[in-house]
Amino acid sequence: MSGAALAEAPAGAARAASGTCAHCGGATAAGQRFCCTGCSAAFETIQQLGLGSYYRDVVRDTLARRLQPNAEPRTDLARHVRIAADGTHELTLAVDGLQCGACVWLIESVLARDPRVSAARVNMTTRRLKLSWHGTVEDAAALVGRIEQLGYRLVPFDPACLAAAQDRTGRELLRALAVAGFAAANVMLPAIAIWVGLFSDMGPATRALMHWVSAAIAMPAIVYAVRPFWRSAWGALRQGRTNMDVPISVGVTLVTGMSLVQTINHAEHAYFDGAVSLLFFLLIGRVLDHYARAHARAAAEQLIALQQTDVAVLEADGTVARRDAASVPPGARILVAPGERIGVDGEVVQGETMLDTALVTGESLPVSAAAGTRVFAGTLNLGAPITVRATATGGGTLLAECVRLMDAAEAKRGRFVMFADRVARRYAPVVHLAALLTFLGWWGLGGLGVADSLLIAAAVLIITCPCALALAVPAVQVIGTGQLFRRGVLVKSPTALERLAEADTVVFDKTGTLTDPALTLVSRHDPEALRLAATLAATSRHPLSRALAAAAGPVVPAEGVAEVVGAGLHCGEVRLGSAAFVGVEATATTPALYLARPGFPVERFDFAEALRPDSRETIAALRALGLEVQLLSGDREAAVAEAAARAGIETWRAGCSPVDKVAAIEALRAQGRRVLMVGDGLNDGPCLAAAHVSISPATAAEISQNAADVVFQGASLAPVADTIRTARRMRRLCQENIALSLAYNLLMVPVAVAGFVTPWLAALAMSTSSLLVIGNSFRLRRAP
Amino acid sequence: MTPLLWLIALSVFLGCGGLALFLWAARSGQYEDMDGAAQRILFDDDRK
Repeated sequence: MSGAALAEAPAGAARAASGTCAHCGGATAAGQRFCCTGCSAAFETIQQLGLGSYYRDVVRDTLARRLQPNAEPRTDLARHVRIAADGTHELTLAVDGLQCGACVWLIESVLARDPRVSAARVNMTTRRLKLSWHGTVEDAAALVGRIEQLGYRLVPFDPACLAAAQDRTGRELLRALAVAGFAAANVMLPAIAIWVGLFSDMGPATRALMHWVSAAIAMPAIVYAVRPFWRSAWGALRQGRTNMDVPISVGVTLVTGMSLVQTINHAEHAYFDGAVSLLFFLLIGRVLDHYARAHARAAAEQLIALQQTDVAVLEADGTVARRDAASVPPGARILVAPGERIGVDGEVVQGETMLDTALVTGESLPVSAAAGTRVFAGTLNLGAPITVRATATGGGTLLAECVRLMDAAEAKRGRFVMFADRVARRYAPVVHLAALLTFLGWWGLGGLGVADSLLIAAAVLIITCPCALALAVPAVQVIGTGQLFRRGVLVKSPTALERLAEADTVVFDKTGTLTDPALTLVSRHDPEALRLAATLAATSRHPLSRALAAAAGPVVPAEGVAEVVGAGLHCGEVRLGSAAFVGVEATATTPALYLARPGFPVERFDFAEALRPDSRETIAALRALGLEVQLLSGDREAAVAEAAARAGIETWRAGCSPVDKVAAIEALRAQGRRVLMVGDGLNDGPCLAAAHVSISPATAAEISQNAADVVFQGASLAPVADTIRTARRMRRLCQENIALSLAYNLLMVPVAVAGFVTPWLAALAMSTSSLLVIGNSFRLRRAP
Repeated sequence: MTPLLWLIALSVFLGCGGLALFLWAARSGQYEDMDGAAQRILFDDDRK
C-alpha cells in the first residue's frame, strides 16, 4: 500500500513500536519476529535445511516484490512441462520476488537438496528458473511448491513462447562481433609492421607479403561480419529509403575491394586494418544496444507472465481443476472466488457480487453483477463467489473492439525515422558524391591512373565512413536505457526515448494510472476500532480486508477468525464484513466494511481510490518541463473532476469510450501536438497505440503493456517526469555527438581528398573520433 | 623471411583458438546471465 495511506491511518502509533520481519523484511507488530505465519514457517524450513546464512547475505531490493509465503500456490504446471528423450522433465518458470544473488543461491540450494532434481538454475538477468528432474509430471507441483513456500512466486512459461523468444539476432550480432574482433586484433600484427616499414627500410616484397597476410585474415571476417549491415541497408534501399547502414556497407565493401586490388598490384597502401576495425567498433555499438533493449524487453515479458492467472474450472463431474486461462474451452464453467481476477471473458451464470472493472473500463466504482451480466477478463471480484460461463472471444466483445481500434491506430501512426537515420539521409549522398568527385578529379584533371584515383576516393570513403556517427546514438542509448532500467523503467521500443524527448502534451488516464490501483481506506476512525478490525482483516485475502490491514499498519492477526466467504469475518462476537453480515442497513454507495463489536455502535469503513502519492508533484514537474497536461477518463464526471482538481490538472474529459479517447488523441495530433499517453486499462490500449509515444505502469492490462513503448514499476508516478528528463538529456548528447563527428569529418575530408591519408592516419582518425563520441556519451552518467 | 612466416602462422593459429573458445562459450550460454555470474561468486556452494 502507499505511504500516504499509512500516514493517513490514525494508528500511526502502532508503527513506531514495530520491527522488521526476520524472513521477508516487512513491518511487523511490536514484539513480533515475523509478520505472518507463512514467514515463520519459511524461516523454519530454511534453518532446517541449514541454509540460514541466506539471512546474513540477503540484500533487499526495494523495487522487487516482498516475499509472501502465504500466497496461494498455482497448480496447473503439467501443461508446460517438457519431457526430453531421456525421460528428464523440464520446466521454465518466471521467478517473482528475487532480491539479490542470495535468493538465487537459496532457490538453487533448496532444489538441489531434493533427490529428484537433476538441475536447477536461476538466470538472474532474465529472472527465470530452469528446472529439470527425473520422475513424473506431477512432481512439478511439489518442487515448485517448496519454493513458493519461501515466498517467491513461480509462473511457468509456455514452451512454445520460449522457442519464439530465442534471441537469434542477438546471437548473430555476438558472433559477428567475435569474428570482427578476432580479425581486428590479428590484422594489426601485419598492419603495424607495414606502418613501421614506411619509415624504415621494408622491401616491397615483404610489404606485399604483409598485405597478403592482412587480406587472408581480414577478407573472410569482413564478408562474415558485414552481413547485418548489408541486410539492413538492402532492406532500406529496397523501400526507396536510406539509413545509416547504407554508407557503412558501401564504404566497407568498396574499401575492402580496393585494398584487394592494391594488394594484387603490389601497391603501397591497403586498408584492411581500417575496414575491419571499423566493423568491430560499429558491432560493439550494435551489440550493446541490442542487449540493453533485449534486457528491458525480457523484463517486460516477465511482468506480463507474472500477471497471468489460472482459473478454477468446474468440470462435468463436479470437481474443480485449476487450468490456464488460455486452455479454457468456451462454455466451461469457471468459479471466481472473492479477491480473484476473472481470467476469461464470459457471462455470470450464478451468484451476485460487486466487480472492480477499473482495469477494463476505467470505472473506479465497483459495479454490481448478477446472472446474465457480461464480464471481461481482468475484472476483479470484490464480493461473493460467482460462477462464470466462458464465451469465445468473438466479434462483439470489448477486447475485440480494442484490438481492432489498436490496429487501426497503429497503422495510422506512420513510421518514425530515427534521428541518426535522418542525418544519414542527408549525409550519405554528400559522402558518395564527394568520393565520386575525388575520383573523377584525380583521374580526369589530376592525370592519375584509375587504381590510384580509386584508392584516394576509397580513402575519402573510409574517413567519412560514419563510424562515430553510427556510434553517436547507440552509445547514448545504451547508457540511458541502462540507467532507466536500474530505476525500474523499461524501455521497449528503440525509438521510444527519441519520441519522448519530442513530446509536448501529456494525456493521463485516471483509474490505475493517476490513482493507486488498490483501494485505500478514506474514513477516519478511533484507533482502537481500526486496530481491532485490522486484526480480523489481516487473516483475509479479500481486497477490502487487505486495504484495511494496510491502513492500520502491522498488527498481530487475531486467532480463531472464521471467514464466511463473500460476507465477512467473525471472531467471537466481533464481526467485520458486509452490512447484511453484521445486521445493519447498507448506508454506503462506495465499497465499505462494517465492524460490529459488543458495547459499541457499528463502525463503517469507507474505501475509495486514492491518487498515487506523488501525482501532484509529478504533474507540476511535467508542467515545469514545458508540457501541457490533460486527463482523459472513462469514469464518471464527478470522480474525474475530483481527481483532476486534486492532481492539479485543468483540462479533463470524463465518460470517454475507447473510441472517444482515440478521437481525442487524434484531434490533438491534428493540432500538430506530439502526445505522450500514460494509461493502464484495456480501454487505453488503442490510444496508447495512437499517441506519439506511450507509457504504462507495470500494473496495466497485458494488452496495454504490449502497446506501450515504456513500462514503469512501483507505486510512484515520478518515473514519467524522470524518463522525459533523461530522454531530453539523451537527445542533447546525441546532437552533440553527431555535431562532433561531423566536425571531425569536415576537418579530415580535405586531407583525404588531397590524397594525404595513409592507412595509419585513417586508423588513427577513426579511433580518435569514436573514442571522443563514446567519452561524450558517458557524461550522461553524471547527475544533471 | 622463413621465421617470420612461421610466427605469423603461429599467431593467427593462436588467435583462431581464442575465437573458437569465445564462440563455444557464447553457444553454451555463458553470456546469457552476466548479472548472475557476478553474484554467484559471492556465495559458497556447499551442495553435496
